[in-house]
Amino acid sequence: MSFPHRHELETTTLLSRYQGEEEARTLAGWLDLGGYGRLRTAIGMTPDDIITLVKDSGLRGRGGAGFPTGLKWSFMPKDDGKPHYLCCNADESEPGAFKDREVLRWTPHLLIEGCLIAARAIGAGHAYIYVRGEFFPYTKILNEAVTEAYENGYIGEDIMGLGWSCELTVHNGAGAYIAGEETGLMNSLMGNRAEPWSKPPFPAQAGVFGMPTTVNNVETLATVPGIVEHGADWYRQWGSEKSPGTKLWCCSGHLVRPGNYELALGLPLREIIFDVCGGTPSGKPVKAVIPGGSSTAFLTGDELDCVTTYEGMQEAGSSLGTASPIVMDADTDIVAAMRRIAQFYAHESCGQCVQCREGTQWIVRILQRIEAGDGELRDFDTLYELCEQMTGRTICVLADSVVFPLRSSLDKFRSEYEARMSPSLVAAG
Amino acid sequence: MSRRIHPAVSGAQPFQRAERSEIEGPILATDEGRERLEMSLSRYPVKRAALLPMLGFVQEKRGWISAADMAEVAAALDLTPAYVHSIASFYTMYNKHPVGRHLVQVCTNISCHLNGGEEVLERFLHEVGTREGETSKDGGFTVIEAECLGACGFATAVQVNDEYFESVTPETVPDIVRDLRGRA
Repeated sequence: MSFPHRHELETTTLLSRYQGEEEARTLAGWLDLGGYGRLRTAIGMTPDDIITLVKDSGLRGRGGAGFPTGLKWSFMPKDDGKPHYLCCNADESEPGAFKDREVLRWTPHLLIEGCLIAARAIGAGHAYIYVRGEFFPYTKILNEAVTEAYENGYIGEDIMGLGWSCELTVHNGAGAYIAGEETGLMNSLMGNRAEPWSKPPFPAQAGVFGMPTTVNNVETLATVPGIVEHGADWYRQWGSEKSPGTKLWCCSGHLVRPGNYELALGLPLREIIFDVCGGTPSGKPVKAVIPGGSSTAFLTGDELDCVTTYEGMQEAGSSLGTASPIVMDADTDIVAAMRRIAQFYAHESCGQCVQCREGTQWIVRILQRIEAGDGELRDFDTLYELCEQMTGRTICVLADSVVFPLRSSLDKFRSEYEARMSPSLVAAG
Repeated sequence: MSRRIHPAVSGAQPFQRAERSEIEGPILATDEGRERLEMSLSRYPVKRAALLPMLGFVQEKRGWISAADMAEVAAALDLTPAYVHSIASFYTMYNKHPVGRHLVQVCTNISCHLNGGEEVLERFLHEVGTREGETSKDGGFTVIEAECLGACGFATAVQVNDEYFESVTPETVPDIVRDLRGRA
């Protein structure tokens, strides 16, 4: 049912190649597929060489921000005598995104291998995989794989007899969107509330347990073994100069064939929605798309000719985010959809910053009022003012994340909001 | 336990499950409790980091976490009960009250909302005869609205204890409820 689709169009399968194949889950099956060979290669390389390789590949973080992975690794101090940590962010909680669970459930050893290669590069002696609490079935699969890898000498002391050691621990979250933010994740891992902290200190200076730390997304780490095996140029054959490689897409909403697809970066968004996913089930035109998960700006049905690279989506006024387009057909109630999105952020605000804690609640209440037909024209001013006050003024970007869809929906679908307001109140406003 | 849990994964065990053991009294004083505490502590450089894993262990065994449990975990990790409460109340998956044998969480976030998540929620409430957040009279079901469960392409996503149900529609809800009742 929730199987990665194989569709007739040409797809590139670096990450999803073994998704759907039971054998790849087991250590024996993974070894048959050449598993842990890339780790062997990486252990034979110097950490600097691994970092240079990943830098050359142009791999960018797949957690949403798109920060260059090799550069992030290079921020880790060298020879400082402190323990270093790698945190793998498997908290996948951006509404619209459901890609990391496919890596966890089909190719857990690929993720373990990626984690260990990254740990080697940044000098970490312990890698933590932080899996969102709800992912019970996938945690079980990952647990099996970790246990098997430990029992056979692929994790732990003297890995494969090559004289390099690294521990790995699977850690479950317990239901908090904000634990997907890197400092929130580290706080949660330390047994605190998942409250983000103000940077600096940056994770590479003082991260989890006060030590230099790198936090990488599951998809990012799962991409690394392929780069180690085939090289940077191989990886650059897909995508653009600034956005090389492939991306796991998570397509949801009103689509004939929703689901996961691995596609080279750079396809037109329109092609993904219509050719890959078959358009809307109703056959009606697309009214709106949130292209990168719920924290990105709305695009209208007329703005779908943008190119799906980090830079292309930025030019289009939105963001690639986690490459999770949520598609809405012509019958969609934009006010209700935006209200539902805002409710999520109000629920998940950690409460540290006033702008976010109060602002998200205000937005929900105003949108509920508009949805109920009691909106006033001046509500637009209040909402825009909230957008202004909530942007760039908080510890983390949760507040900004609700502003992106809100502001763009107000700009692009103003008439939808106005249509919900009663004529007398609009006049009074 | 059919197989010894590896220390690396001791902190990450499903903590919402259909079958719960009825352990009276202190839960960390059991052999399994002591073992899990020791294993969890061995994975982190600071004691406090074992807090989420140990709260998970309590819930795995009891189905929810009482004030007494929080105090017990606090004592084991050199924390105050108030601090542990502040953690247990921050994270939504820790049940601070007993829940039904089947904890039904229906996602109504954006992708599920677009595909009728609210109707699925209503149908569950109707089928088991309870209100949102409350437990049915027979103790079988607690139904709650959930935020994104990370299965957006297969809306509506529903989680029951540690199990995922995907592409759920109001029409398929009665079958799911019947299936769950059959297991109880």
